[in-house]
Amino acid sequence: MSGANRIKGKGRLTPAKTLRFTFDRKVLTAVEGDTLASALLANGIHLTGRSFKYHRPRGMLSAGSEEPNALLDVGRDAARRTPNIRATVQEVYDGLQAKSQNRWPSLAFDVGGINNLASPFFAAGFYYKTFMWPKAAWKKLYEPIIRAAAGLGVAPSERDPDHYANHFIHCDVLVIGGGAAGLTAALAAAHAGAEVIVCDEQAETGGAFHHDTDATVDGVSGWDWAQAATAELRAMDNVKVLTRTTAFGYQAQNHVVLVERVTEHLANPDASLPRERLWQVRARQVIIATGAIERHMVFANNDRPGIMLASAARTYLNHYGVAVGSKVGVYTACDSAWSAAFDLKQAGVSVPAIVDVRTDPDPALVARASELGIEVLSGQAVLDTSGKLRIKSMKVGKASAGSTRDIAVDALIMSSGWTPSVHMYSQSRGKVVWDEEGQRFLPGHHVQACASVGACSGVDDLADAMDGAAKAGHEAAKAAGVETGPVWTAPDADTATLWTGSMMGSAAGAGPETTVKAFVDFQNDVTAKDIRLAVREGMHSIEHVKRFTTNGMATDQGKTSNIHGLAIAAEMLGKPLPQVGLTTFRSPFTPVTFGAIVTHSRGDLFEPIRRTPMHDWEEAHGAVFEDVGQWKRAWYYPRPGEDMHQAVNRECRTVRESAGMFDASTLGKIEVVGPDAARFLNLMYTNGWDKLEPGRCKYGIMLREDGFIYDDGVVGRLAEDRFHVTTTTGGAPRVMHHMEDYLQTEFPDLKVWLTSTTEQWAVIAVQGPKAREIIAPLVEGIDLSTEAMPHMSLREGTICGVPTRLFRMSFTGEAGYEVNVPADYGDAVWKALWARAEPLGACAYGTETMHVLRAEKGYIIVGQDTDGTVTPDDAGLNWAVAKKKPDFVGIRGLRRPDLIGGGRKQLVGLTTKDPNIVLEEGAQIVADPNQSVPMTMIGHVTSSYWSENCGRSIAMGVVIDGRALKGRTLYVPMPERTIEVEVTDTVFIDKEGVRLNG
Amino acid sequence: MLLIHCPYCQEERPELEFRNAGEAHIERPKDIAGISDEEFKTFFFLRTNPKGVAYERWRHIHGCARFFNAVRDTVSDQFVTTYRAGEPRVEVERGEDGKLKLKGAAQ
Repeated sequence: MSGANRIKGKGRLTPAKTLRFTFDRKVLTAVEGDTLASALLANGIHLTGRSFKYHRPRGMLSAGSEEPNALLDVGRDAARRTPNIRATVQEVYDGLQAKSQNRWPSLAFDVGGINNLASPFFAAGFYYKTFMWPKAAWKKLYEPIIRAAAGLGVAPSERDPDHYANHFIHCDVLVIGGGAAGLTAALAAAHAGAEVIVCDEQAETGGAFHHDTDATVDGVSGWDWAQAATAELRAMDNVKVLTRTTAFGYQAQNHVVLVERVTEHLANPDASLPRERLWQVRARQVIIATGAIERHMVFANNDRPGIMLASAARTYLNHYGVAVGSKVGVYTACDSAWSAAFDLKQAGVSVPAIVDVRTDPDPALVARASELGIEVLSGQAVLDTSGKLRIKSMKVGKASAGSTRDIAVDALIMSSGWTPSVHMYSQSRGKVVWDEEGQRFLPGHHVQACASVGACSGVDDLADAMDGAAKAGHEAAKAAGVETGPVWTAPDADTATLWTGSMMGSAAGAGPETTVKAFVDFQNDVTAKDIRLAVREGMHSIEHVKRFTTNGMATDQGKTSNIHGLAIAAEMLGKPLPQVGLTTFRSPFTPVTFGAIVTHSRGDLFEPIRRTPMHDWEEAHGAVFEDVGQWKRAWYYPRPGEDMHQAVNRECRTVRESAGMFDASTLGKIEVVGPDAARFLNLMYTNGWDKLEPGRCKYGIMLREDGFIYDDGVVGRLAEDRFHVTTTTGGAPRVMHHMEDYLQTEFPDLKVWLTSTTEQWAVIAVQGPKAREIIAPLVEGIDLSTEAMPHMSLREGTICGVPTRLFRMSFTGEAGYEVNVPADYGDAVWKALWARAEPLGACAYGTETMHVLRAEKGYIIVGQDTDGTVTPDDAGLNWAVAKKKPDFVGIRGLRRPDLIGGGRKQLVGLTTKDPNIVLEEGAQIVADPNQSVPMTMIGHVTSSYWSENCGRSIAMGVVIDGRALKGRTLYVPMPERTIEVEVTDTVFIDKEGVRLNG
Repeated sequence: MLLIHCPYCQEERPELEFRNAGEAHIERPKDIAGISDEEFKTFFFLRTNPKGVAYERWRHIHGCARFFNAVRDTVSDQFVTTYRAGEPRVEVERGEDGKLKLKGAAQ
């Protein structure tokens, strides 16, 4: 027998199929089909955790996903453990390890329990008030202590070894919930011919039939009908039944997100299976059949282990065959708890009394109770409870006055009525409406293509719920565009269990005149008193009350507590409950793991990595790579014994002394083709393109309409109607988008076609005095002499027998070439060039050297020396802005008063007085270092390097009216010293351009 | 995630394939170089950002790559219609059920 509290002959599990699991290292036995909660209860264990704030002993409240208390750390091994798992949801598998949380040193003896004694200091809002001063103490003292003392589970520190799946799926009708109403709706829609998905969060469908054994459907028990209906649905080709699958998010346009727990219940899951699967369902119609959630009673010390919802106790008995106690008290305001009491009594459990707050409970129930020998105390209340780690007794009496008596119990089941589960409806953007007669919020107008059926829509009667669901299922199929046949009607159904009766807010003995701890929200330790305090402190909106008290803000999202909290606030405010309003329900319905949300998008698949054709060669030659957007770019090539600084210095020297080879393949490339190509470029760039001859190229600047630099690059003209445009590495996609935008929407009459060719061309920059010598023997069909092919020209021919677009251009200040070859040949051509270059003393260089060399020459990098607020004039590039063109993007923006008025930050060179000091990029620049703090900052450093070729540090920066300050001394204040700099020209090497044209 | 009907592909595709491109029906002045500061401000900086009916541009960037216009209710995220760039503004009205519909169209 698996557990002393298992009742022979009760429940639907097979006693012979036993499993072993551990709870706080103790080995226990369960039965296949058990949840952790039912298995613990079978072993007589109610105490499963300590509460969040007061560290009060807590046990299972529910038998479902609304559970606020029984949160455990569950897993198979160190990497596969998950904190804050609801024991009422987790199925037991052989070898499962469960641990309690938020206790030290042990669950039964917890030092943090001192918080309970100090609770007068921990009332709602105490964080805001108690720890106001001294200010510094919050970060250093109060917060760490509070964080250590309060809280739930601890995240695993190891990498998650499992994988998760993501599945997009479309259907005609999605049914959320596999209870009586959901199954009926699914059957009706499926028989009408619709493609149907029905999901249910539990291991088995059946919903309330898990506890309600009074029901009969179609002549058999409700449970048996539900299983037969599910089998029928599973057998249909047009139906998918997903169990262990929670609909947790209802988005726009009937996009409903489900999470299926695929292997969380298996002892030895197939490694090929995902642990969880995310279903992104797009449904033409959605039927919400999410049922109702039972509420607890709010009374003094209503949180002791052993006190739970009546329907939960009934589920443990009727489904799992487990008695939650041997002497079970009942406290209720609702008829359904009576049914639970009757079932327990008939199973041989002692039920000393049913305490009903109502003075006149249904005579039929009273008669049945007396028949079974259960004492009925109507019009009375449970005023208090006793018991340290589990309830020992309940104090019963009239609220007003008079005698009370203690009744010994080891469990207490309770119900204050049922809250329709309107979460999905509310997430679909529907507004709930108040049902005065039923005293509850119900779905109103459905905003999306959906309908609510069954208990979640306020239909309490089983037969009515199923009839309504059948109609809704058929209608949904029809609305989805299915050609429906005859209407499938629901079978006859009936149940003796009634859901009549409801109370909200605190019960007798826990009213405003008392100071007792009557818990409203168990997980966040919010009591009725806290909510009253919030109102007294001036929180008059329910949203404020919620945030002040944290009521309903825990991982259970207030499934059992929201309505009670609202009722108490309404009572304090003296307003009718619907006027106080309900807080918004948000996704997710229940907690969802990051694994299920992230699915495949992690590790190598988190973001694509782009590698150039020469990547492997670079790696083999010791390149250190840097990430530039999605690209991996060779940063520098250290030789043995070299650090980065030494490697970059050597590379910089080598390029200017002999030559260097650089992989520029990541450069953005756009082919602009068509009879109006030049006209189009005239509009896109500040420069003029009409006069550029085929075979020549030009540096172009692209602006946004506001006049600020957007991108730059060299553009070559291949023919009258064909341009090879290059962009910055990071800017390629947005430049393409920008060009397409204008071409399609503002200048649609232009006959131009744009093609992104970034990945079609591998680009090898060969730069330096020996560049020509390196490439010459390999090039055919192109005269490389400076006369025939000067700086800024472009030729088509072959290199190593491969077609090439050969640019003579330079981003280093040296004479050089950029060899474009089809990407597939990039590696081979690079190797052939390297075979020539290496013996000539050339080196391969990376992006760091490229940055230094271009800075020595004063070439800007868009995005480093510009920041989206820099005009061509600010950057000293006014020569590139055509003066006579009637139009280009940015032409009007450039004439805005604030761009032409002076006082703008201009790009200048900066040299430190001490040549060995390298400035920090981003450092601020001031005119007077002795002024008081905060100083007036007149600019900042944009680029700064050690220049081996200049034998000193160099820098560029933007300074207000900087060009007029050349020769002046400015200051860069740093934490440890103030650095003197001189404003200079931006070109530090070869000002005359002799090298370029060599 | 929204489903968006591309008026070029004539298909409803997931939002992932699209990129929003700001407010629609803002035409770049033909004589932009000659407009006043005030006109430039209106053209470039000012946007309506309405609650309710929004005319906006989308680009089917991972599909046909075309720009088009859409009318969307920013409260419900409902798309009323999409139409090709360059076509005139489509007029819409709110029906009795609170949903936007094409002007004159049946519920």
